[in-house]
Amino acid sequence: MKRLVLIIVVLLAGLNAAFAIDPLPFKDRAEEVRFQNLTRQLRCLVCQNQDLADSDADLAKDLRRQVFQMMQEGKTDDQIKQYLVSRYNDFVLYDPPLHAGTWLLWFGPFAFLALGAFVVLRILRQRARAPLPPTDSGEDW
Amino acid sequence: MSRLLPFFGFVLLVALLVFGLRWNRTHDMNWVPSPLIDKPAPEFTLPLLYDSAKTVDRKDLLGKPWLLNVFGSWCVTCQDEHPVLMAYAKKFGVRLIGLNWKDDPDTAKRWLARFGNPYDTILVDTDGKAGIDFGVYGAPETFLVDAQGVVRYKHIGNLTPESIDRELKPAIARLRTE
Repeated sequence: MKRLVLIIVVLLAGLNAAFAIDPLPFKDRAEEVRFQNLTRQLRCLVCQNQDLADSDADLAKDLRRQVFQMMQEGKTDDQIKQYLVSRYNDFVLYDPPLHAGTWLLWFGPFAFLALGAFVVLRILRQRARAPLPPTDSGEDW
Repeated sequence: MSRLLPFFGFVLLVALLVFGLRWNRTHDMNWVPSPLIDKPAPEFTLPLLYDSAKTVDRKDLLGKPWLLNVFGSWCVTCQDEHPVLMAYAKKFGVRLIGLNWKDDPDTAKRWLARFGNPYDTILVDTDGKAGIDFGVYGAPETFLVDAQGVVRYKHIGNLTPESIDRELKPAIARLRTE
């Protein structure tokens, strides 16, 4: 029984991988690595928690083909990213660029950290200023 | 006062939670704002569905505003949207151009024969390249393009009578007052 389950799992896993990778005619290993690297930095628009490299959505396949074709045309990674951003917004990038619209995203956590530090400092100062509680409560033991 | 401080902090967190819950209910998390708004519509040259020898490009449509509705016979939501388009197509007051996206032309024709054809013109984008240029990521999508060829409004998902009244009609009316 255990073996059967194992065999099924292995078969299914293999199936999955076969679906996610389309047979693109890479000329060498370096080009393939560059392609994989680039599509991993791009978000699939249809299933938005997947990157373009992993997604099985139809549009993701089209976009992978587009990325591949632009690589063949000698476009740089930045040019390809720019191509997608001009159509699908910064949203396609997993690493959002820094500009007026994203400063809250980038600096928000630091602002919260500063706020927290301020509050802690205030509390500590207040405690330092407060008179020490009497050590002798006056109670008889 | 300082004793009440944790309480205020708690109230603030509850307010944030309520805001987040409401935001989630009223906003589609899959919605990606289009970078094309207020930018010229992308160039395209596409064959007509009912006359594949003829093509239409961006310049042919200049002069009067038009709506571009992206659809496909494979798209289930498009079928939900279809009766709405049938009812509203003539009421928009602008041309309704269909973009048959990533579809088989014959299947598309059969689909339209069955459900009706609300479009003034239908363009065919079999390989989906024009769709990518328009930043389409999920049919149906609808673009409003003005007489100068500038994209003014985009709706993602199916048009409903409510969304038409709330967003599309005012957007078309705005073009008229310019």
